[in-house]
Amino acid sequence: MDTNKKTFKRRTMLYIPGNNPAMLQQGSVYGADGVLLDLEDAVALNQKDAARILVSHMLRYISYEGCEVTVRVNHIDTPFGMDDLKAIVPLQPDAIRLPKVETVDEIRRIIQMVEEIEDEHELPHDKMKIHVMIETALGVQNVYDIASFSARIDAISIGGQDLAADMQLVKANDGIGIDYARKQIVMAAKACKIDVFDTVYVDVENEEGLREEAEYIKKLGFTGKAIINPRQIEIVNEVFTPTEQEIRKAAKIVKAFERNKKEGIGVFAVDGKMVDAPVVQRALRVLEMADIDVAEI
Amino acid sequence: MKNILQREIPETLEGIGELEPFQGAFTKLRKGWMEEKKVPPPNKATMPHSSKMCSNLKEAIIRTKPRNGMTVSFHHHLRGGDNILVESIRILAELGIKDITLASSSLTSAHEPILPYIKNGTITQIYSSGIRGEIGKAVAQGVMPKPFVIHSHGGRVRSVHTGNIKIDLTVIAASAADVEGNSTGAHGPSAFGSMGYAVIDARYARQVVVVTDNIVDYPCVPQAVTQNFVDYVVKVDSIGDPSKIAGGTTRITKAPMDLQIARLAAQVIEHSGLLKEGFSFQVGAGGASLAVAKYIRKIMKNKDIKGSFLLGGVTSYGVDMLNEGLFKSIFDVQSFDAAVSSSLLTNPYHIEITAGLYANPFNCGCMTNKLDIVVLGALEIDTDFNVNVITGSEGYVRGASGGHSDTASGANLTVVVCPSFRGRIPIVKEKVHTIVTPGESIDVLVTERGICVNPNRPELKENLIKGGIAIKEIKDLAAEVEQITGKAKPIENGERIVGIVEYRDGTIIDVIRQVK
Amino acid sequence: MELKLKAQAGSFESSDVLIMVEPQPQGVGRKIELESIVMQQFGDDLLLQIHRDLDAYGIKDIRVIINDKGALPPTLSARLETALKRSAGLQTGTLI
Repeated sequence: MDTNKKTFKRRTMLYIPGNNPAMLQQGSVYGADGVLLDLEDAVALNQKDAARILVSHMLRYISYEGCEVTVRVNHIDTPFGMDDLKAIVPLQPDAIRLPKVETVDEIRRIIQMVEEIEDEHELPHDKMKIHVMIETALGVQNVYDIASFSARIDAISIGGQDLAADMQLVKANDGIGIDYARKQIVMAAKACKIDVFDTVYVDVENEEGLREEAEYIKKLGFTGKAIINPRQIEIVNEVFTPTEQEIRKAAKIVKAFERNKKEGIGVFAVDGKMVDAPVVQRALRVLEMADIDVAEI
Repeated sequence: MKNILQREIPETLEGIGELEPFQGAFTKLRKGWMEEKKVPPPNKATMPHSSKMCSNLKEAIIRTKPRNGMTVSFHHHLRGGDNILVESIRILAELGIKDITLASSSLTSAHEPILPYIKNGTITQIYSSGIRGEIGKAVAQGVMPKPFVIHSHGGRVRSVHTGNIKIDLTVIAASAADVEGNSTGAHGPSAFGSMGYAVIDARYARQVVVVTDNIVDYPCVPQAVTQNFVDYVVKVDSIGDPSKIAGGTTRITKAPMDLQIARLAAQVIEHSGLLKEGFSFQVGAGGASLAVAKYIRKIMKNKDIKGSFLLGGVTSYGVDMLNEGLFKSIFDVQSFDAAVSSSLLTNPYHIEITAGLYANPFNCGCMTNKLDIVVLGALEIDTDFNVNVITGSEGYVRGASGGHSDTASGANLTVVVCPSFRGRIPIVKEKVHTIVTPGESIDVLVTERGICVNPNRPELKENLIKGGIAIKEIKDLAAEVEQITGKAKPIENGERIVGIVEYRDGTIIDVIRQVK
Repeated sequence: MELKLKAQAGSFESSDVLIMVEPQPQGVGRKIELESIVMQQFGDDLLLQIHRDLDAYGIKDIRVIINDKGALPPTLSARLETALKRSAGLQTGTLI
């Protein structure tokens, strides 16, 4: 196990409506780990063209330094999907997010299209990542096959609002109806060893409700959560950032692991508790989430 | 001649006289005394049991024997709800008085109806800590024959002491007063809290009129202004619009940008080394500045830190922190909402102070000198950390010096919070249009795109870096902003000087030229 | 690009710009009406950018009405491009 390997931190992904210049130009300053520039549900049907063009120009002009940039395009079977891909793929944001994916056939068609566009522009196939959103009952049933279809897919996400609608749930906000889907999607992501994001929390005024939901989905195994208002970032970041006690414990475990590795010992004890590879892995994850460089501990 | 900040200051200016260029924040104070002579307060006498009551404001003003060329002063504690200033000017104009110097501690949107009197020569000069809106536009365009003077709250006290502002008449609005003129803002239907700016005027004005909508049985308690300084008392139906004088409570902004900047500023304060047991603190009353208090409150609770005092313009948010025991006391020169007035009235640790105790540089120690941390806003800040809080992007006057330079010079840690650009207008830039507070007084700038530490505070920079806070050079930030917004064309000014900006020690830190 | 219709893009929101374009007969040239809240600071830059963009599209005859609320350069270019494409019938959107 290499204790120095780093990955992207993805606690909070802030949705930004693709046709809103004021928000697009400021997106990266609110402390979210990533921004989701949205061409889909946050854009009115008669402004899809305007949003696509605006996001294209913004991506070329604004530095979203320190933020992972993902563009959510429209579904390929809508009148906008193809145009979105043709405009966005050549700009190679960190990732594109594909909404309402239900079947392997869909993801095959989309990725084929993406790679054709990349070939046209002589771009590599392995730079821009793909995020898949599961937002229907059929998608939930097919989630592992979809998520494992391509190595480019490095995260999947649950779209709670659309899923609740698809399931014909009347009262959706308590999360009971989509609980099975959440767990199923987490399991598929873990099986594919990729990240998994939770859906948005729509009641912006309810900070306690957001905190409870964030704590719950952290326990389920989610990597992070999509955010619809900058004011939600701090709470979710807090929930997903380890406490000082957790950090101290993790540092102790990793230090002990490094020491024992040199002596060829695989399993050892810290504070009277057995430590093996999975424990070390979790400890590394804690340090990573706390922005602590393993080399410095 | 040029002052120490390389701003061109004329040696004399018609309508003002000789100007002394700014020489650095502490050059004059280091001497230990004020060189200018103090003028004595007026000597008066009253016969026992004579009445001060007048049947209306006009009668009171007539009895003060107004004359052409007089200086008339007001406080701005009624903020956007004030009726008294406008009404007094209207009466003076009706009496045919011309060439008035208006010395209000500040001017707000409520005062816009005086604009015709500025244009017709009733008012020919203004001394104020702030000018905004249509008045700010008109004076920048040069409608007044004499230059206006922008002073700080502390600097105004000095100007009254030296006779630079020689008040012939002060009209003091109070929310409660008795027949002798003992008065307060702490209670009554139009309660507005502290009367800190009015007290100095009451002492030095040739004639003092107290106006209230609420005559109480003698004696009025507490007494911000006492009867021995008051000539006349008037009962009026209304001193203003109570809903605009003091709205219920001040809410923390919900604007994501302000909150983000405030959050960063709180992190800076947390790691500055100054957020410790017994610290003193001041924030502004709105936007990102007030929002910093929200995050500081949280940090103080988490780390179990108790502060010494809160200072300045006080909001209900500060009162909440006092009531929670987070601070031992509040020193209140100006209150911002209804909840503050009741706290001022009932809590002995919520103390009303005068502008002199608050910020006058020439005494044995104003409260701003005791400040540990202050958070201030800015309309513009330059790469030498000089701050403009008075002129807007088109060159019009649209802000207030207020206590900005007073608190900045006194505090151990002065934090400026502002966005790096607004709309397309750069805020962090190479050169500000008007300097109000010198860069030497500013320790750290917090924007959404970066945090910059004044190079004269290396130990602060080190503390922040140790605390995991990324620091940017202010020149790099300004360049980054220019890359986003493009380079703004400078404001086109005429040569004529229409206003001057006085530093708190009375020297001239900048001038304001006519907008074309 | 051949302009066929009157079209508009953008909005009056802060940091946005509303652009209306109208085809003009050949030889009329460019008629540009610019209003901006940052006229004093960026008026020249805005005009320059509009001309540069129109040059790039090869458009010589056009009427452009711009109402700018402090848009950054990418927003200005994006709104112009959207209005032009709508005018040329290459894309649908809000038409007037």
